[in-house]
Amino acid sequence: MLKFLLRRTLTMVATALVLTFVVFWLTNLPPNLEKLAKSEGNARMTDGEVISWLDRNGHAQPLVKRYGEWLGVAPGWTDERDGVTSGRCIARGAAVEDSPRFCGVLQGYWGQSTVFKAPVSEIIATRLSLTGILMFWVMVLMVPSALLIGILAGMREGSKLDRTLSTVSIATTATPEYVSGVILIVVFSSSMVGLKWFKGTATSAMDGITFENFFLPVLTIALYGMGYIARMTRASMSEVMTAQYIRTARLKGASFGRVVMRHALRNALIAPFTVIMLQFPWLLNGVVIVETLFNFKGFGWTLVEAAGNNDIQLLLGCSVVAVVVVLVTQAMSDVGYVLLNPRIRVS
Amino acid sequence: MTDAQTPILEIENLSISFFTRTREIPAVMDFSCKVMPGEAMGLVGESGCGKSTVALGVMRDLGRNGRITGGSIRFKGRDITTMGERELRGLRGREIAMIYQEPMASLNPAMKVGAQLAEVPMIHEKISKADAWARARAIVEDVRLPDPDRILQAWPHQLSGGQQQRIVIAMALMSRPSLLILDEPTTALDVTVEAGIVDLVRDLAEKHGTSMLFISHNLGLVMDVCDRLCVMYSGEAVETGDVVEVFSEMRHPYTQALFRSIPLPGADKSARPLVAIPGNFPLPHERPPGCNFGPRCDYFVAGRCDAQEIPMLPAGGAPRHNSRCIRVDEIDWNAPPALAATAEPTPPGEVVIEASDLRKYYETSPGMFGGGTAKIVKANEQIDFSARAGETLAIVGESGCGKSTLAKVLMGLEVASAGTVTLNGDQIQQLPVEKRGPALISSLQMVFQNPFDTLNPSMTIGAQIIRALEIFQIGDSAADRHERMLNLLDLVKLPREFATRKPRQLSGGQKQRVGIARAFAGEAKVVVADEPVSALDVSVQAAVTDLLMEIQRKNRTTLLFISHDLGIVRYLSDRVLVMYLGHVVEIGTTAEVFSPPFHPYTEALLSAVPVADPRVTRKRIVLQGDIPSAMNPPPGCPFQTRCRWKPLVPGDLCETVVPDLRRLSGGHRVKCHLTDEQLATMEPVIEVAVG
Repeated sequence: MLKFLLRRTLTMVATALVLTFVVFWLTNLPPNLEKLAKSEGNARMTDGEVISWLDRNGHAQPLVKRYGEWLGVAPGWTDERDGVTSGRCIARGAAVEDSPRFCGVLQGYWGQSTVFKAPVSEIIATRLSLTGILMFWVMVLMVPSALLIGILAGMREGSKLDRTLSTVSIATTATPEYVSGVILIVVFSSSMVGLKWFKGTATSAMDGITFENFFLPVLTIALYGMGYIARMTRASMSEVMTAQYIRTARLKGASFGRVVMRHALRNALIAPFTVIMLQFPWLLNGVVIVETLFNFKGFGWTLVEAAGNNDIQLLLGCSVVAVVVVLVTQAMSDVGYVLLNPRIRVS
Repeated sequence: MTDAQTPILEIENLSISFFTRTREIPAVMDFSCKVMPGEAMGLVGESGCGKSTVALGVMRDLGRNGRITGGSIRFKGRDITTMGERELRGLRGREIAMIYQEPMASLNPAMKVGAQLAEVPMIHEKISKADAWARARAIVEDVRLPDPDRILQAWPHQLSGGQQQRIVIAMALMSRPSLLILDEPTTALDVTVEAGIVDLVRDLAEKHGTSMLFISHNLGLVMDVCDRLCVMYSGEAVETGDVVEVFSEMRHPYTQALFRSIPLPGADKSARPLVAIPGNFPLPHERPPGCNFGPRCDYFVAGRCDAQEIPMLPAGGAPRHNSRCIRVDEIDWNAPPALAATAEPTPPGEVVIEASDLRKYYETSPGMFGGGTAKIVKANEQIDFSARAGETLAIVGESGCGKSTLAKVLMGLEVASAGTVTLNGDQIQQLPVEKRGPALISSLQMVFQNPFDTLNPSMTIGAQIIRALEIFQIGDSAADRHERMLNLLDLVKLPREFATRKPRQLSGGQKQRVGIARAFAGEAKVVVADEPVSALDVSVQAAVTDLLMEIQRKNRTTLLFISHDLGIVRYLSDRVLVMYLGHVVEIGTTAEVFSPPFHPYTEALLSAVPVADPRVTRKRIVLQGDIPSAMNPPPGCPFQTRCRWKPLVPGDLCETVVPDLRRLSGGHRVKCHLTDEQLATMEPVIEVAVG
């Protein structure tokens, strides 16, 4: 098992490097850099001025070198001009001797956000924790209810209960968050319908979560994922229910409840488990829309801000987080799969 | 009335139908049978005859589409057909338990063996978990599994097929049921493992006085296990009675035809060929009026047999012997069968294919990321044989013995690791099939085990045969190939209209005929037939075997017949090669291999095969344990771990030295350390009583 985890970690690191490099390359394409120069320097820069600005700020170096600097495995650039040495790792006004040679993600230096005028690491830490709370409640709502729906639907394939629940889950999966979110706001918090049970914005949830201000965003994300997981669980469950060992259990005299709980459940959960874990990175998608819609200033909202304002460092930071989330959930899903399925044992 | 006279199970006029959207499909009609306490009742018939449906009907587990449409099933006097769910649950597992065909699929893969066993008394007797586990341990010992504590903690996939089936049996016995239903319990197992399971079931049933309903298509097995039997055909019982009575004085044309189509000792392909049952099994919605067997029956009389439903009539004079034949008292049952065309045995010609010191080793992959060490699987070790033109060489052995690997090497699907294969003087062991020219490919062909998967479902039969002709580069124009294709259909006795049909419109036997036509399309010199009839029903097997041999006689083809069915091997082969764990342990003519002196493994194999003939007495030698894994074979003689003759060999010769393939007489060779004198003391395993 230990060997397996070690191998797994190594492949994960390799994947992370490739993925961040691709994102780095895409965010550092020449037009982006030009925009950056004009927004940081002067909007009316001439082409020549842009080039010299880029050169002064280390953006004219080869792509691999810049990636190495950002990552923190290559020494940061320095530039000596008019007797003043500036550099990637030299804070404004700081002495050259006091500054480190390397400063990148590995050293904890994630860069400075141009939009929020604050270090990227700080922004991501606060925003991610807000989103983490949101995701937590989404999972709490989504996973148990999806599994329940899937199992109830799958245990008697073709029954009325199955048809009803299947229709509901197809409907929720077929409705994207920006539609279901708007509908939920209209129904539950606008004066148009007049229910006004919940708040249409989750801004206040950033200070203190209440059922009233947080339920709608959680429900919007959960609904979408719920249908999908429920469909997967149902398919797996209904297949398991036709297996011969279920007949064995039935003909042992086990009651229907016992057959479902003791014999079918674990076998039926093996397949959807992977799907549930894949749902985590998927949720990041939904988070972008829902956080913007409900004005909840979390990770998704930050991502939108960064992308909209060409905040290269912040975008890179966000993408690192996304890559880590994807890879960690992948590893968790593999390990969990091994634990659930006794036929697969890693030596 | 005392308890001993109340039947455990009494089925009367039972009818079961399955309902689809469009129609009702009757699966069982007017079925009656009675199982007395301690009695074993056999249900025999071909696939689709409704025998499993009866079993599931008794369990009232027919699924959503199945329904009992008439009759009654009484268990100890209580009618099962009208029971509620709760009452049924009390019955299942506690009073009636079932043993299934595929042990692996019948055990829950995500539950430990012990938990699955202990569950039964915990459900029914509400005993504590500790008590239940203790009982599970005792029963695991009862079913003769070694190391019960380890077994209880194991997952099902960690056990071998034979061990899994023992667990399924243990599970059935956990609450000491009074009726045991066994649905083809050994079909998925090897013969030597089957013999052990059958012995076990019989002993345990005797020990606990359990009644049995034993479902099988294997007549020999039924004779071994059962007291009475019921032969089913197309949803009806056609003959019931005492096993020995029915087997020696059969009183229904179907039973008789079934017996004449299975190779019993004494059948001979030249002098006394098998008699195949003409025609096909009727589909449930296409049953003929009157007697279901009518259209295939030799004794059919129009106007009588198809005039009305045929009732069960007393037959043969013995009590409780009944037959569903309206002419039961008119037919001369002892008349010998009309002899099918006999043929002169063909003298073998010159050597066509020869293997010498052939070996095939596999390296197992060491895992995804390169960790661990590669293991070598010795699938074939020192294979030596030769086969002549017009000769049938049978290759016999249980699963994992390397017989399929041998076929792959011969066909060029794998290349040999060492040794030579010579076909007509050319060495071909290193030529993979894609490098073989059309002449070589067409002269060395194969008939596959499963006719259902080896035909392309989207191509017509004609197109598939023409495709084979194209690959063999036979025929100079499309018209010529079409003509040849039609001739091939004639050769395998399929109507020419079949050329435009798709495989799904054909029955299993017909598909296998297409497979044979394809193999013989290029006038193959050597045909490797890998279990060509084992997926087919008994009544079809004879016809396909006969066809194969007829074509062989005509073309003087060398047939390498791979099989685990010793009955059919004895019937059709000229010489036999017995394999065990990749080794040839015995080779010789059929008469030499089937009579002493044998290799100890051959002896055990022969004694494990049930024979459906009451005149045959058979010595029972049950092998202990399972076949060792080819990944980790025992040192020395491959068979030493299970050999009953090993104590006769001095010292640790068997454990250390692989014996030579020693010549006994003529072409009869045996791989064994026993001396000639010791081998000479062996007794025949099967004896046919005279008279």
